[in-house]
Formats: sequence, C-alpha cells, structure tokens
Amino acid sequence: MKPFVKVTGIGAPLMLNNIDTDQITPGHQIMKVQKTGFGSGLFYNWRYLADGSENPDFVLNQTPFRDARFLLTGANFGCGSSREWSAWALRDFGIRAVIAPSFGAIFASNCYMNGMVPIMLDEAVVTTIAAEITPDHADMTADLENRVIISPNGNRHPIHIPAIQRERLLEGLDAIDATRKREPLIAAFQKRDAAKRPWVYAV
Amino acid sequence: MSQTLFEKIWDDHVIADLGDGAYLIHIDRHFLHEYSGAVSLKELDRCGRTVRNPQLTFGTLDHVLETLPGRGMTTRMPGGDNFLREFSSRIVPHKIRFFNLSDPRQGIVHVIAPELGIALPGMTFICGDSHTCTVGAVGAFAWGVGSSESEHALATQTIIQTKPKNMRVNLQGAPAPGVYAKDLILALIGRYGAAGGTGHAVEFAGAAVRSMSMAARLTLCNMAVEFGGRTGLVAPDEITFAYLKDREFSPRGRVWDDALHYWRSLVSDPGAHYDAELTLDCSALAPQITWGTSPEHVVGIDSVVPDPSRTANAVARASQERALAYAELEPGKPLIGLPISGAFIGSCTNSRIEDLRAAAIILRGRKVAPRVTAICVPGSTTVKREAEAEGLDHIFIDAGFQWRESGCSLCMSGATGGESFSTRARVIASTNRNFEDRQGPHVRSHLASPATVAASAIAGCISDPRRLEKLQ
Repeated sequence: MKPFVKVTGIGAPLMLNNIDTDQITPGHQIMKVQKTGFGSGLFYNWRYLADGSENPDFVLNQTPFRDARFLLTGANFGCGSSREWSAWALRDFGIRAVIAPSFGAIFASNCYMNGMVPIMLDEAVVTTIAAEITPDHADMTADLENRVIISPNGNRHPIHIPAIQRERLLEGLDAIDATRKREPLIAAFQKRDAAKRPWVYAV
Repeated sequence: MSQTLFEKIWDDHVIADLGDGAYLIHIDRHFLHEYSGAVSLKELDRCGRTVRNPQLTFGTLDHVLETLPGRGMTTRMPGGDNFLREFSSRIVPHKIRFFNLSDPRQGIVHVIAPELGIALPGMTFICGDSHTCTVGAVGAFAWGVGSSESEHALATQTIIQTKPKNMRVNLQGAPAPGVYAKDLILALIGRYGAAGGTGHAVEFAGAAVRSMSMAARLTLCNMAVEFGGRTGLVAPDEITFAYLKDREFSPRGRVWDDALHYWRSLVSDPGAHYDAELTLDCSALAPQITWGTSPEHVVGIDSVVPDPSRTANAVARASQERALAYAELEPGKPLIGLPISGAFIGSCTNSRIEDLRAAAIILRGRKVAPRVTAICVPGSTTVKREAEAEGLDHIFIDAGFQWRESGCSLCMSGATGGESFSTRARVIASTNRNFEDRQGPHVRSHLASPATVAASAIAGCISDPRRLEKLQ
C-alpha cells in the first residue's frame, strides 16, 4: 500500500449529494476478478457519451481536473454497493483523498484499505473549498502528519483520522500483517468466548 | 450502567481497544458470495494465507449466477464466468461450507443466513455486500464490508471498526392495510434522508416493530444501509426465537436453552442512552413510491413529484434536479398512472415467502398488463420450493409473471451488461436501489413494496395496491 504523508495536487469539485458506487464504478466496468486496472472505468457513465467519446461537461475530463488528486463532493459519497472497485478505480485514476460532509461507511473503510483518505469536513467547509477552485487555482494539500487540509486560498482546515488508520496510512502498512501481530489476543478471546457462547463455535 | 442492545453486542466482541474510537472486533459469522468473495479468496491465495476459522465461514452463489430456469455455471454477464469459476474453485480447498448451484440451500446471502440459522442473536456477522445489515433483524450486529476487509476477516477472524453511535427509531402506530415494512423504511429515509443514520447503529423499536414478522423485520433492516446506518437491528424476542428454532445451524437441545438465556438479555436497558432518537407514526402512512435516483427521493403513492426549487440547499437542489432530469418527470405531476414496462419482485429486500404471498393476493385471477415484462425471483431455493408447495408459482405464472430460480437477478445484473430491462425502460421493483443505470442502461426504477409492484404490473402503470386489495 502506498504511504500517504503529505500530498499536494489538483482538487476537483463534483458537488452532488449521494453519489453512489454504481456511478463511481458502473457494474459493466468492474467485471474482473482483480484489484487493479480500473481507472478508465471511473465514473464511466458520466465521463463518456454514448458513442464512447469523452463528455466535455464532466469535470474530470477538463483541464486541469483530469489530473486531480482530490475530489470534493456532496454528502453521503460512496453510498450504496460495497464494491471495493470504487476505491480501486479512484486510486487508479490518481485520486488520493475524497473530501465530503459524509461518506458511505463501507466506502470509507475501503479507502483506508487502499491508501486513500476519506476526509470528512463540515458541509459549509467543503462548499467553501469547492467554491475557491477555478481551473487555474485548484492546488490543495492534505497533510496527514499535521492533520490539516490547505485549500487553494491557503486556508487551513483541521482533519480527524482515527489514529490506527492514520498510522497505517503514514507508513503504508498492510492491515492483515498488523492484525496478525495480535494473534495471542484473538486466540485468548475465542477461548474465553467459547465458554460463554459455545453455540458460536460449535457449528 | 444502562446499555443499549448494540452496546451489549459490541462489548461482547471487543478483542482490543486500538485507541481513538477504533477497536479490533471478533467476527462470529462471515458469509462469502461469488462477486466480492472471488476477489477476497484470490488475493488470500496469492498471499499464501489460510482461512483462520473456516467453520465460521459460509459461501453461496447469488450475484452473478443466473436466475433463468435451466441455469448453469455460465452467465451472459460479460466477465461473469470468471467470478463463478474462481470463487467455486477457490472456496472448496479452504473447507468453507459452500451452498453451490445444485445445493437446495442456495439463495441470496441475506435470505439464507437467517433461514438456515447461520445469523443468530448477539452475533457479529459480515459479508462483502452492503445489505448485510439485513440480518440485524435477528438481533445481530451485521454489516457489509469490502473485499479487502473480507480478506482480513478470513485471515484473522477480526475486523477493525470505529464504534458507531447509537440511534433508536421508534416506529409507532399500526400501519394501515396495504402498507408494509418496505413502506415504513422508505418513509423514514424520505423524511430524514439517505444519510439520516450515518455514523450510527440504528435500532428499530416501537409497537409496529414488535408486532412484525421476521420477514418484515428483515425488510426493515435491509434498507438501514440506504438510510446511511452502519447497521440496523431489532431486539430479539419470542417472534425471533420461534423463527430460529430448529433451523439447520441453530443450536439444539441444552445448548439452545443456554443460547436462549443469553439472547433474552439482548435488549436495551431502561434508561440506556441514545445519541439520536427518531419517531415515525406508521398509522398515517400511505404506500410509498420513489421518483428519483436515491431512496430518499420518495413520496406517498397518492402524492405528486416534488419541486426542487423549494429546496434551499444548493447541492441538494442540484442533486434533485439531476434526478428529475434522469427520471424524466415534472414537478407537481402525480406518480399514479405513470406507465411502466417492467415489474420485478425479488432481491434481498422483498423476496421472502411473505412477500410472494402479499403479491399473490393481488395477482390471483388477474393478468399483467400487455407490454409489461413481469419477473418474480424468489430469494432462496427454499423460498421457491415453499412457494411452489403453496401453489404461488401458478398464481404468478397465470398472471403473466416469469417464475425464476433464486438469486440477486435484476437488482444486480442490469448494470453489468448482463440481463437487464430494456434501455430507457420505466420499471417498478421491490428492490432497494433506484440508482441511475442500476437495472439497465438509463432504466428508471421506482421502488415499492411487492404489493405495489403487483398492483402496478396489473394496471400497466404505477398503481395503489389498496384499490385492488379491497376488491379481494
């Protein structure tokens, strides 16, 4: 997993609420049993016209936003299907953090598992940052070490990422390897629990 | 100290406090299906890892598997065959119980998990599927995860979770005839929004819930994720226990008695603290119907399409305008009478035997309107056989419905390039998602209860089921 310490890059505004994972990665773009190679399918139905050409009205087809590292969006981004392909497609496209007032919970977890940060800020703050962005004024920074977002106008907004996720992101650690170090705790839990709730284990 | 139902379950599963609100949580039951599960197993194998507790893990086929009669291990869904093949070949060596194509227990994960007694009160239950919250209806903490988290649980039997806040939704009053659990949850989402439950474990309580069947509670909890909730759950009671007794994987004999003793403690204590508490008067509700592209775009069936210009928030207004343009509807126009060309009864929301019975009451002796493609997909092979034993299949078939094998079908396949409704069709469905292109290219899906879907299929347009139910 790619570490995330401090990232500076283009922020792209896509200010709609409830953008679901069917829109982020339509079903026909993700029918592969693999975890990489989905960048071209990102927002496919919005990004391309029926004849397969780019939709010039879609933000990620416009300069400089086709090189976006951040996506600013409305409430409940990534709601719907649990498909991790949405996180993989955003990552493969080059997005490192999504900034929204709220997220679908599974999507947010999927981001963490793939070196991306779901950054939750007040709706008014997200709207303000999005309004600062113009094609020649779109650079922003996410600094995980100092827990802050710096908007194109240079305004600093504190961010909160749970410590365990932040540490993993900073070092790019694999979650399974990290949890396996706690195996004695897991074994002790199961032993204790099997005495209390034997029906859970005797199946 | 007084605790909520959710806090009791949570506390019984904490392995380690990881600080800052995050915990390492034990997973009691882990279900895999061929869609997200194929990726999890392939990556697990690639890394040379093993399944830590295969006896706590189950697998079935539902998402990619076709539902047409005579189906096999191939599908018209482009790329789908790889999911069926990879999953089926990789799950077996790990000694995970697998309900395959020919197994009479096959079905949609969220239908078979309670049906087989795999999801039990007080358990933590995960699956790589957002509607895993469905089985919170038995009084479990059940939630959907991604493929990588599923892989994490296969390897360690744990998940890292931040502790959600507690919300109680009081469903008060008795719903009128023709108004079902589906209508209650849609009305709740309509009132408080698709992010209304974000960050919360949502406990459904109140008189309307206590008198609900398990099937209705499963419908209610199914759409907790459409409400933004991390999970939905209902305190287990005598209805739950009667439902679970003698199911294949339920405990038996003295162990059942011990389990029952523990399960009876799984209720919120008097005075338990909720971070949020909502109330919905169910007695005043009409059957619900969605108009847009989010489950929050919903109104009573006798209402009109809302006017976005009345929404003050600019982002919310833009989202509603986009939905109206997609749906090709005009503000102020009634929903009733809108012509449809497709009707679907099925999905993890509404495909249980009670759902099929509710639709059959309306369909008996009637015919689906000309030019309406009507499809019924039972939620599990068990449900299908039970329906056939009751003769429901004949009612559906005589009315003009297709009678299918069990699976996710058109709730899932329409967006994949597989079987779908025709381009630009307007359809009514007992499913959970009216998202853009979900059920086919530019298909406009209106979500409703099975009764409303059946009534609309007969009328050939969106129709109030109460009109036909009264005629019975």
